Amino acid sequence: MTDLATIETPKYQRVVITTKRKPEPAAPPEIGLSIDDVRALAKAKKDPAWLTKRRFAAWQLYTNTPMPTLNDEAWRRTDLRPFKWNEVELSALNGKAKSRRVPAALLKPLVGTTQGGQLVINGGRVESNTLSPALKRKGVIFTDFQTAAAKHESLVKRFMGKAVPLTDGRFAALAEALMDGGVFLYVPKKVEVTLPLHSVVSVPGKSHFTRLLVVLDDGASVTYVHELTSPDSKTESLHASIVELIVGKNANLKFVELQSLGLNAWNITHERARVGQNAKLDWVFNAVGSRVTKNFSEIDLDGEDSWARMSGFYFAEKDQHLDHDTQQNHNVPHTTSDLLFKGALRDQSRSVWQGMIYVAPGAQKTDGYQANRNLVLSKTARADSIPGLEIMADDVRCTHGATVGQLEQEHIFYLMSRGMPRPEAEKLVVDGFFDPIMQRIPFPGVVARLKKDIERKMSESGSGE
Amino acid sequence: MTSALEIRNLHVSVENKPILKGVSLLVKQGEVHALMGPNGTGKSTLAYTLMGHPSYEVTAGQIIFKGIDLLELEADERARLGLFLAFQYPVAIPGVSVANFLRTAINARRRAENPADKGISIPEFRKMLKSKMDLLKVPNDFAGRYLNEGFSGGEKKRAEILQLATLEPEIAVLDETDSGLDIDALRIVAEGVNALTGPKMGTLVITHYQRLLNYIKPQIVHIMLDGRIVETGGPDLALHLEERGYDWVREKHEEGANGR
Repeated sequence: MTDLATIETPKYQRVVITTKRKPEPAAPPEIGLSIDDVRALAKAKKDPAWLTKRRFAAWQLYTNTPMPTLNDEAWRRTDLRPFKWNEVELSALNGKAKSRRVPAALLKPLVGTTQGGQLVINGGRVESNTLSPALKRKGVIFTDFQTAAAKHESLVKRFMGKAVPLTDGRFAALAEALMDGGVFLYVPKKVEVTLPLHSVVSVPGKSHFTRLLVVLDDGASVTYVHELTSPDSKTESLHASIVELIVGKNANLKFVELQSLGLNAWNITHERARVGQNAKLDWVFNAVGSRVTKNFSEIDLDGEDSWARMSGFYFAEKDQHLDHDTQQNHNVPHTTSDLLFKGALRDQSRSVWQGMIYVAPGAQKTDGYQANRNLVLSKTARADSIPGLEIMADDVRCTHGATVGQLEQEHIFYLMSRGMPRPEAEKLVVDGFFDPIMQRIPFPGVVARLKKDIERKMSESGSGE
Repeated sequence: MTSALEIRNLHVSVENKPILKGVSLLVKQGEVHALMGPNGTGKSTLAYTLMGHPSYEVTAGQIIFKGIDLLELEADERARLGLFLAFQYPVAIPGVSVANFLRTAINARRRAENPADKGISIPEFRKMLKSKMDLLKVPNDFAGRYLNEGFSGGEKKRAEILQLATLEPEIAVLDETDSGLDIDALRIVAEGVNALTGPKMGTLVITHYQRLLNYIKPQIVHIMLDGRIVETGGPDLALHLEERGYDWVREKHEEGANGR
């Protein structure tokens, strides 16, 4: 179905099950910004006229849509009210605060030792941008979104919004209206990028809005690592973004997405992938940062024999609240999806995973799998795990599983009886818990990074109880 | 100096129910003791208590190992002191390979001795593990498997003995290591234990049946009944049990059994 030449907006919308609850809880206060801010931002970013027009349209949509409340199914478990919406300022317009450079440790390659290109965006400004001349010659485009919008207008216009329509959610519209930094990656037909690409987008300050548009034309392949990060700050901040992955016929995308935002960041993202005929998408998520994350991640298997795998890793601590809302849409026959999200929680943290496998009418021979496993390390942490199936075809195989478990004291005793102090015994059990996710990640550097995250999260001061 | 495990008048309750009612026992390095007795008499309680399982409450008595009061120590500290328990029902640890587990255990021990220790090098560890696996005739793919996950009864017990071999304790307690094993598996496990037995290791073999003692030869045999050790003797005591069962012990110590 998906043909890049004629790609249209997705046919199927998110499946939303609505149950009426009352009374209507109060909506969060409105954001303290106006269309003047959108105009000022467009000017400061030196938008081409068409992009400014889109910002205005998005802003209009944003203001015409009500703030989600706890009565909206997708937002039932994530309360937006504690955030100080009326204090949001656009950091991209606040040029005086010269931000620290992105830490060198984050710029190291996570896949292999040599990279095909690296793009670093810090507070909306491009800090560095390299792409190997060989890839440039082959027509690969890997640059910041503003540059892409100016220099590759027709390409950007052709694909922007084709994975995430703004109707997917209010904050998608907000991210489009206020976008101040982002990445555009285009791999032309049949170009196989052997060296991985790496982007790091740092979002310090009060608020940033980013977007990612990745397009693999038919038969193209690439491994791409993207990190969203911000330094820890005393005051809370807002980040909203759109991530679009468009994988053409016979194309192959390996996408590693790391989220290491500061513990005071509120992060709302709409992410969606379109996977064409006989194409492959291997998508790895790592969420260890942010105060609150609400992440919508969705795959559309649009072409027959397409395959997608989603592997999620999260580890919440302190007051963190990580909410991942995933959907696997099998839109045509003979498609395969495989989702595994695993998370650990300590302190008073909370996680939500809500998953849906949707099988469109006539999408026979669908093979869909989703599982979410949680390990709750303290009495005060909580994990909600809600799988879902919506199947409109009759010859399919769809399975799911969801578990929330605790550390087994018999396991800990067994390990301690071999000489490991309790913290080491607990860490080994947690490592073991995450092992099935590690096994799915074909990049040792990424695995090492995740293991380091576990080690840091397990050793940070403060009892797990 | 030889290490010794000395149990003095040990009383243990589980959920306020007294199980051990005054057990005294001395096991020295280089000795092999067998502790026998009918089911439900407190043998496994003794094993778990020695290792420091939190569900077992010591209400009276002492456990002294190498001159140190074990009751003051957590399980990991007891282990690092040189005590080992081969579990009757070893638990599976999902996602943790046998090799990773053993290396972590060895490194925990090294770091306890010297906080600056960088841990055993991977080649050194591999070499050591290979030699222990060869000694115990354990297939090499064992190292990469998740600990006890999907292991057969025999494999679990062999994994316990592999841990015993790797951690080289001074006193090893084998809790019903023969249970659930067919005769071939039993022989393999027993050969493993025998290969490790020597002047540096003292062993307390806990078993319900005499058959394990055909392979592991104890010097001293104890019989436990209703939370007490009621008979202690040489190897012939076990043979006596094999012929006559536990009834004669019960009859002889009827008073004790009724005095609960």
